[in-house]
Amino acid sequence: MAEDQTINPAIEIDRVVKRYGSFTALNDVSLTIADNEFFTLLGPSGCGKTTLLRCIAGFEDISEGAIRLYGDDIANDPPNKRPVNTVFQQYALFPHMNVQRNVMFGLQRLGYSEMDARGRAREVLDLVQLLPFADRLPAQLSGGQQQRVALARALAPNPKVLLLDEPLSALDLKLRQAVRLELQQLQQDTGITFIFVTHDQEEALTMSDRIAVISDGRVQQVGPARDIYEEPNNKFVADFIGETNLIDVAVTGVSNGMAACTLPGGAAFTCPAAQGAHQGHGHLSVRPERVSLTAPEKALITGHVQRLIYLGTDMHIDVALSDGEMVKARVQNSQSAHIPAQGAQVGLDFEEGAARLLID
Amino acid sequence: MAGLGQKPTAGGRTYAGLGLPLMLPAWVIIGFFLVLPIGIMLVYSFLTKEFRGGVIWEPTLAAYDQFFFDRGLFGDEQPKIEWTYILIFWRSIWQAGLATLMCLLIGFPTAWFIATRPASSRTIWLFLITVPYWVNLLIRTISMKFLIRDNGPLNQWLLDAGLISDPIHIINTNTAVQLGLFYSYLPFMVLPIYAAVERYNFSLSEAAADLYASRWITLRHIILPVVKPGIIAGCILVFVPSLGAFLAPDLLGGAKNFMIGSLIEEQFKGNAGNWPFGAAASMILLSMVLIVLIFYARAQGRAHAKGAS
Repeated sequence: MAEDQTINPAIEIDRVVKRYGSFTALNDVSLTIADNEFFTLLGPSGCGKTTLLRCIAGFEDISEGAIRLYGDDIANDPPNKRPVNTVFQQYALFPHMNVQRNVMFGLQRLGYSEMDARGRAREVLDLVQLLPFADRLPAQLSGGQQQRVALARALAPNPKVLLLDEPLSALDLKLRQAVRLELQQLQQDTGITFIFVTHDQEEALTMSDRIAVISDGRVQQVGPARDIYEEPNNKFVADFIGETNLIDVAVTGVSNGMAACTLPGGAAFTCPAAQGAHQGHGHLSVRPERVSLTAPEKALITGHVQRLIYLGTDMHIDVALSDGEMVKARVQNSQSAHIPAQGAQVGLDFEEGAARLLID
Repeated sequence: MAGLGQKPTAGGRTYAGLGLPLMLPAWVIIGFFLVLPIGIMLVYSFLTKEFRGGVIWEPTLAAYDQFFFDRGLFGDEQPKIEWTYILIFWRSIWQAGLATLMCLLIGFPTAWFIATRPASSRTIWLFLITVPYWVNLLIRTISMKFLIRDNGPLNQWLLDAGLISDPIHIINTNTAVQLGLFYSYLPFMVLPIYAAVERYNFSLSEAAADLYASRWITLRHIILPVVKPGIIAGCILVFVPSLGAFLAPDLLGGAKNFMIGSLIEEQFKGNAGNWPFGAAASMILLSMVLIVLIFYARAQGRAHAKGAS
């Protein structure tokens, strides 16, 4: 995947800057999104992900840079001239039109005849299983159904790129999980490039081909879900995606992508380093499920069990190091698992590949 | 879909059994200030006129006959259709319709402008729109008369600015009446439309643009239909009082531009009055307004039942 992305980019975001007065919402953002890709913009609220989506759709003008759609610069085109469609967060269905009319709206603007537009609308409504509801008004539908109408309306004109602005956030958990699978299936079936905005990391990890993690108007890291999770670049990404331990270490040397460092307690340790890591003070990211408990004398770090939390399938263990720092470990709840008692002294161990030296 | 009993309704437990006592004030007001006066008017329109105003309790159709038929000076000729009053009615409808249209053309952009300001400045704009209406309508209409006189400030400015070489004659024309009606009722158009536009969800406009609609198409197919209830409320609120207005036509239009309001007013003023005739004209006006409103209500009901397509 990583190779063909450069061959046929659907969208190129080229050094885009967006300012509102003195506030910079997007700060020199560059991204290349491949044709037929399910691409996710992930970040906390206010990070600029929705602003970027709105810039692609044409609802916001960009202050600097270029946005190219299959090679054409579209940054100066009004939204109604861009062959991209949007699924809005609150759906924005036309309340005075029935479902079928909503879906036909874009088609008629593109010059479809009444009959062709109706035919295509029914085809798409069938795809999202809403054909029996074609004559209903949006207000007569449930939230999940409205969401599917919004999807059908945006898909009907067969856009080159479909933009989805947190389309699942208004649904309840069960429905959200079902729709996730449907969306993924739909993307594969239609072959349309999806750009999906969310603040929900689980959504991002399960659905996307690639993810761009955004914070403070900057792209922090781009890559497939596994890379983002296993090989985070910096503290923000490691902390935002999943749960992690950030352990203070002294870095004694970095070479060939590997770092030598000293753990709290004095043990020497070598692990992969993020690009740009350097000697001095640093943070080691270790996921709790990669931390194992051993006898103190064989361990990398030692501490006391501060708290045990029973999670059903897992046991969550907080271990306090001698300098007061807390390390989380997650142990599977099997019969063979040895669960220490509260207050017991324990040793913590992790493999070389489980840890990663981050840049701040 | 919400099941029955999920939403609180007036029929719920909280108000159960209180229906009648709670409705009493409304019924008293409607009965005393609406039904009773209209009832009196209806009865008077079928009574015989007393020459110095008032009525004689003798039932007759004379008032309606006078409105529609001409039987000559002494009432002994073959009845012909009397066009005088029908023309006055027609002119009133025309004038009121034009005033409504003017109010809509100016009021809609105004309401749109106010509703799209930041929330903090909206109140100020609304206040500015309503400030002139703290002054009595009579005084405002007379001021308007002074403004548009042949040698009034409006003409003076236009002359000074070199835009015209001779004063425009506005006073005592239909235009003056139009201007008066427009000025009197503009806020009644602006306020309901403002309320509708303020609730308008602007992401609908974005969705329309996203689906390849131009601004004009978005206005016609999305914005106007969604804010239509506000527009219709505004039109009714301007049209109905314009139809019965008598201050603007009297003071600005002069004798030529008689409207229903003035006709009715004449019948109750001074010794020349003819109460049954005034009552009959009022009843005819009321019926016309009711017919329009009933048609509107039925059209709305149908649109609802059909689910709008």
